Amino acid sequence: MSGHQKFYWLMGGVVTLLLVASLVGALLAARARTEAARAVIANLNSRIRAWWVMVGIFAVAFLAGPIATLLLFACMSFFALREFVTLTPTKPADHVPLFLCFFVLIPLQYALIGYDWYGLFAILIPVYAFLILPAVAALAGDPDRFLERSAKLQWAVMVTVYCVSYTPALLLLHIPGYEGQDALLIFFLLLVTQMSDVLQYVFGKLLGRTLLAPTVSPSKTVEGLIGGGLAATAVGGAMYWITPFSPLEALGMSFVIVVMGFLGGLALSAVKRNLGVKDWGAMIEGHGGMLDRVDSLSFAAPVFFHLTRYFF
Amino acid sequence: MKPLAAVLCGVMRTLVGAHARWQEAPTTAQSIYFANHTSHMDTLAIWAALGPRLRPLARPVAARDYWDRGALRRYVARKVLNVVFVERMKEGREGDPLAPLAAALAEGSSLILFPEGTRGTGPVPAAFRSGLYNLAQRFPAVRLVPVYLENMHRAMPKGTFVPIPVICTVRFGAPLERHADEAREAFLERSRAAVVALA
Repeated sequence: MSGHQKFYWLMGGVVTLLLVASLVGALLAARARTEAARAVIANLNSRIRAWWVMVGIFAVAFLAGPIATLLLFACMSFFALREFVTLTPTKPADHVPLFLCFFVLIPLQYALIGYDWYGLFAILIPVYAFLILPAVAALAGDPDRFLERSAKLQWAVMVTVYCVSYTPALLLLHIPGYEGQDALLIFFLLLVTQMSDVLQYVFGKLLGRTLLAPTVSPSKTVEGLIGGGLAATAVGGAMYWITPFSPLEALGMSFVIVVMGFLGGLALSAVKRNLGVKDWGAMIEGHGGMLDRVDSLSFAAPVFFHLTRYFF
Repeated sequence: MKPLAAVLCGVMRTLVGAHARWQEAPTTAQSIYFANHTSHMDTLAIWAALGPRLRPLARPVAARDYWDRGALRRYVARKVLNVVFVERMKEGREGDPLAPLAAALAEGSSLILFPEGTRGTGPVPAAFRSGLYNLAQRFPAVRLVPVYLENMHRAMPKGTFVPIPVICTVRFGAPLERHADEAREAFLERSRAAVVALA
């Protein structure tokens, strides 16, 4: 099967899933009796509607080719960083470093993927941005909370730009026998992280009893994590045919993606609580902000990338 | 909508969001929208946030010494925003500096106004100048709508020339109540407090 054929089968499956979800959502909405139930179902249905839009955007970007995919992820980084910066106190002295992050680092980081320059891609932000951003901030001459401001900005670009960019960086891999199909690995990663989030939410709502980390994330439950995590691992394993992995390897990779995605969601939830908010933003109806959608991806993508790069 | 207006709205959405939050349902009734002022993008932010229905009804009040300079800025001010120019500099003035604003209100336009008269640096506005009071006196039927621009002082602080992306919400409050025989100072302080209350 060619890459495009696999893609159409995959999209067929995703669209079928969304049709089923929309149908179930409509049935639940008709049956909801209490005010609280209606609110949960309304949120569920706006999440499903947002999924249609997100899947549509990704499908178009995939068909339009690697440059469109890179642009799409650059936009995701842009909006995620905008949310992070909005919630992080900055001072006028941070203006130039912030400008560099948005208008130099983001384009450069994604352009390096486009130019196939893995070496610089891997160190641009952890090394060069790490050195240059605080130096530029220091030039503005405001030492008030300097370490705190520098650390927060570095954290923000690491999560929203560096880590997120590892997803389209899968296009950099040259796996023998899998030429021209790297974009399907992006879909595999997105599918497993997002199915893991969705299934943890579904299992949590249906079976959730024991809160996992109530002070950090009031919605994560042990039942949701185990049920949703195992189900998402199984889904990933069943998708081995779009990857260069054997069924067992796909299962193992999916497990790693699920675990890292969970840890990402947890760590970024702690950051949200620290900043005193429930959601990163309101960009994606029902889901919250861009960063609420890519938190798990940002932790899973670098690990998945490096495992694949090392072993395949 | 003109292509340039659509581009400007798109740029504002991408950079700062500029999404409106209305305390009361927005109406097309003639209004003076008065807001805190911290950046050169404030006018555009409120203009974009008003939405396609209210946008054509409102004319931003713009300082001639800033908005009437440079070909692009002048074109945007005159042709896209349809601003009402005010003279901030004493030299350019002839007679009542509020006359162009009063004329626009008499024609039925709404106004977007920054009563501080200049840009501040912090999240809370400085004392209001008396222009708002004088217009309110002369046009008792016009609604006075307080507006708070959140985060604009972070997107483009005074002294910088390029904006950075930060989500800026535009909060429209309930119209200010009209009190008969209110002294100027009391009115200005009350209208300022109405903006601060939205912060």
